[in-house]
Amino acid sequence: MTTTFTHNLNPDLTTLPGTNGIPDYDVAIIGCGVSGANIARRLSAYKVKVAVLEKAADVSFGTSKANSGIVHGGFHHNKKYLKARLEIQGNLMFDRLMRELDFPFKRCGIIVAALHEDEMKAVEHLYMQGVENGVIGIELCSRERILELEPKLSPDVVGGLYAPGGGIVEPYRFVFALVESAMKNGVHVFTNYRVEKAERDVPRNKWLITAADGRKINARYVVNAAGLFADEVSRIFGGESFTIKARKGEYYLLDRLTKARPERVVFPVPTSVSKGMLVIPTVEGTVLVGPTADITESKEDFSTTSERLEQILDSGRKMVPSLSRNDVITNFAGLRPVLEEDFYIEPSKVTPAFIQVAGIQSPGLTASPAIGEYVKDLLKNIGLELTEKSDWDPFVERRPRARELSPYELDALIAKDPAWGNMVCRCEQVTEAEIVEAIRQGHTTLDGIKYFTRAQMGRCQGGFCTFKIIKIIMRETGLSYEEITKHGGASRVLEGEL
Amino acid sequence: MKELRYDAVVIGGGAAGMAAALEIDKAGFTCAIVEREDHLGGILMQCIHNGFGLHEFKEELTGPEFAERFAEQVAKSNIKVYLGTTVTDINVQTVQYEKELICASPDHGVLKITCKSVVLAMGCRERNRGNVRIPGSRPAGVYTAGLAQRLVNIEGYIPGKEVVIIGSGDIGLIMARRMSWVGCHVKAVVEIMPYPSGLTRNIVQCLHDFNIPLYLSCQTTNIFGNDRVEGVEVTPMENGALVPEKAFRIDCDTVLLSVGLVPENELSKDAGVELHPTTNGPLVDASLMTNVEGIFACGNVLHVHDLVDWVAEESRFAGKQAAAWLRGERPLHQVRVKAGPNVRYVNPGKLDPSRDNKVYLRSMIVKNDAVLELRLDNRVIKTIKKGHIQPSEMITLSIGPKELEGYTENSALELALL
Repeated sequence: MTTTFTHNLNPDLTTLPGTNGIPDYDVAIIGCGVSGANIARRLSAYKVKVAVLEKAADVSFGTSKANSGIVHGGFHHNKKYLKARLEIQGNLMFDRLMRELDFPFKRCGIIVAALHEDEMKAVEHLYMQGVENGVIGIELCSRERILELEPKLSPDVVGGLYAPGGGIVEPYRFVFALVESAMKNGVHVFTNYRVEKAERDVPRNKWLITAADGRKINARYVVNAAGLFADEVSRIFGGESFTIKARKGEYYLLDRLTKARPERVVFPVPTSVSKGMLVIPTVEGTVLVGPTADITESKEDFSTTSERLEQILDSGRKMVPSLSRNDVITNFAGLRPVLEEDFYIEPSKVTPAFIQVAGIQSPGLTASPAIGEYVKDLLKNIGLELTEKSDWDPFVERRPRARELSPYELDALIAKDPAWGNMVCRCEQVTEAEIVEAIRQGHTTLDGIKYFTRAQMGRCQGGFCTFKIIKIIMRETGLSYEEITKHGGASRVLEGEL
Repeated sequence: MKELRYDAVVIGGGAAGMAAALEIDKAGFTCAIVEREDHLGGILMQCIHNGFGLHEFKEELTGPEFAERFAEQVAKSNIKVYLGTTVTDINVQTVQYEKELICASPDHGVLKITCKSVVLAMGCRERNRGNVRIPGSRPAGVYTAGLAQRLVNIEGYIPGKEVVIIGSGDIGLIMARRMSWVGCHVKAVVEIMPYPSGLTRNIVQCLHDFNIPLYLSCQTTNIFGNDRVEGVEVTPMENGALVPEKAFRIDCDTVLLSVGLVPENELSKDAGVELHPTTNGPLVDASLMTNVEGIFACGNVLHVHDLVDWVAEESRFAGKQAAAWLRGERPLHQVRVKAGPNVRYVNPGKLDPSRDNKVYLRSMIVKNDAVLELRLDNRVIKTIKKGHIQPSEMITLSIGPKELEGYTENSALELALL
């Protein structure tokens, strides 16, 4: 028996209402990272037809999958910048979003640790900026206070800053939840849809958007939320010419059993280039250390380097000395789309009905809910009529997770569905039932299932469960072994059969 | 939620778990094996090559055959086996040595099993790319050797065609031969140490016989490819440091890692069991009991063995000791054992001077004509000629009342390799 997927993921184009067999949408959002997903979800509250076009095999597979996962504290940037204003607004939106969308988020607070008296001057500057930005509860900390807040800090710490409103989030789970909510409210999401051509139908005031595989849709308005590739998409639509550079951030991930897990996000004092390398207690109990910041030539270069990885540990250890090489589970790199100092979010001045949402680097994740709001208003300003739906449902279904259940709750679930008793991923305690649910939500690659369920994400890194997951995907989807991929495209997992 | 009670519960149904459970059963105690897979035998089931059982059964068997001999005995015994059942929690009560295990299973739901004694026999897991911190990109096609073995031998799939194996552990060597047999091209085995980390017989039978080059003193410093592996960068080492000028690339579509095994002790830690910082296995006394009274450990969860025969031997002993403990027997005295020069570790950490003790140790050095020296409180009491020694070959010996004669309460026996 094969699974039936949600009908709003990759719907059959031929069955949709449209013109000459090509479906008509009010808005097409290009790119389904955290920006695109927030915009789509916000628009799903209105009576407009929205399509999200994602070039990867799954959503959140670009910048949104590999970043620090931080909801920033609102003190790092001056509010003359749009990004600072959206950061402050976005931060405040997370509590409600979490209640509606059930993704892992925790306001654990952010600490900036100064290791030298000189650094305290910069910290004071950040504090003043935070106060100026209206950050709630921000405080300057003496050595005694900061060590009380975070006893794992180095004894060399001299003081610092504390922003209790900062937090941590699992970024891909946030995107998955936003997309699920958007689809539940009628948004269509197309994956493997690499926009290759855009033609303007002047009489009808529409864009005809063609994918590399030949699929076509019409849209009256287009939002360019293509992240690293926003420059290419702008060119395809005849928009402004600009160049997005990729800035690579490398990370180490540490086992949840490490002794070095702080209670709060620990920042060093920032430099002119970046916010520095952090020690992050993830919502799921592991620890992230990073990121580095290096401009790379290629937008597909996700490689880590031994020099940078060494630097990460050295830098992290200065703040939290108990960080150990022995606790490392894996390393990875993410790419941040860099355009200029600020975000570039505005209607194109040269091409019609086209909104640029580009250069969304840090604090993009924090700002993203506010970006959704902001872009909705921009669309309205350029003529999109927005009428609220009376039946908009902001909630997604809460999903039980075996590792969070009491034995009695788990027993009750197994009684209904024995798959809850089959512990597929031993390290993160993920059951077969959760894997099947991930597949039903459209996550059919190994990485997609990993981000949705955490299976393969623990200390054995899939050594024991990969073959089990492959078999479950094949059973649920009817895919053959050759069609199983790590992250779509040519990332085939198996090369032959005996 | 079903509640059950046994005198002893063995966690893990591989060679270690079965051997231990059989002894507990023979001694007349009620005993259950909790196994997360749907079959007994553990990792032996995917080890379809031969070479097992030479000590245990005096004949050469494959992994599944070896497992079957034990499984048949289990079937004839009173041992209750819970398959497809994962222990998620161990709670140790402070009164009366009571232990409570929470287990999840598709067939039984959540089980709460109470018992007096627990035998840890969960085996080990493979170290992975993250553990050895190989930088580079993260394409498909990077697998641990054991996962590849599972895919080929049980699931019937070939993970890749052009293969580089990182690390010369035994599973990697076995997989070099296995992949060659299924028509893949194994282009190299890359080992960071100046000597192989697998058994000599495997170097000969799996690499030499197939003309597979072994690069010693070489580190894998990069993995290339965005979607699928396209190659690896290998950098030679001289005087313990990398020589980047001599780095070279090997094109391949698959990387298999055979870079060591780690005893899987997350559950043990959960139960308050203290671990040995070198072996990553529990610290055990002369009866293979951990610091938690009534919890025993044996097989690869205690320390990684070379041969399943020795796992079986050690685990039988652990089972007997668990039964003795259930009868209320405790060793009268114990003598501490410690690792001396050139010895990585000694297991167990204590000896019972009233009987013979089987001791396992690993060398840190490669040497011909080596000598094992036993020193009781700095006095050499015995020297044993060992011939060739190397870290990959475990050394075993028996130490009894004769060697420990004249011990005192504070005595320590040091083992040295010279």
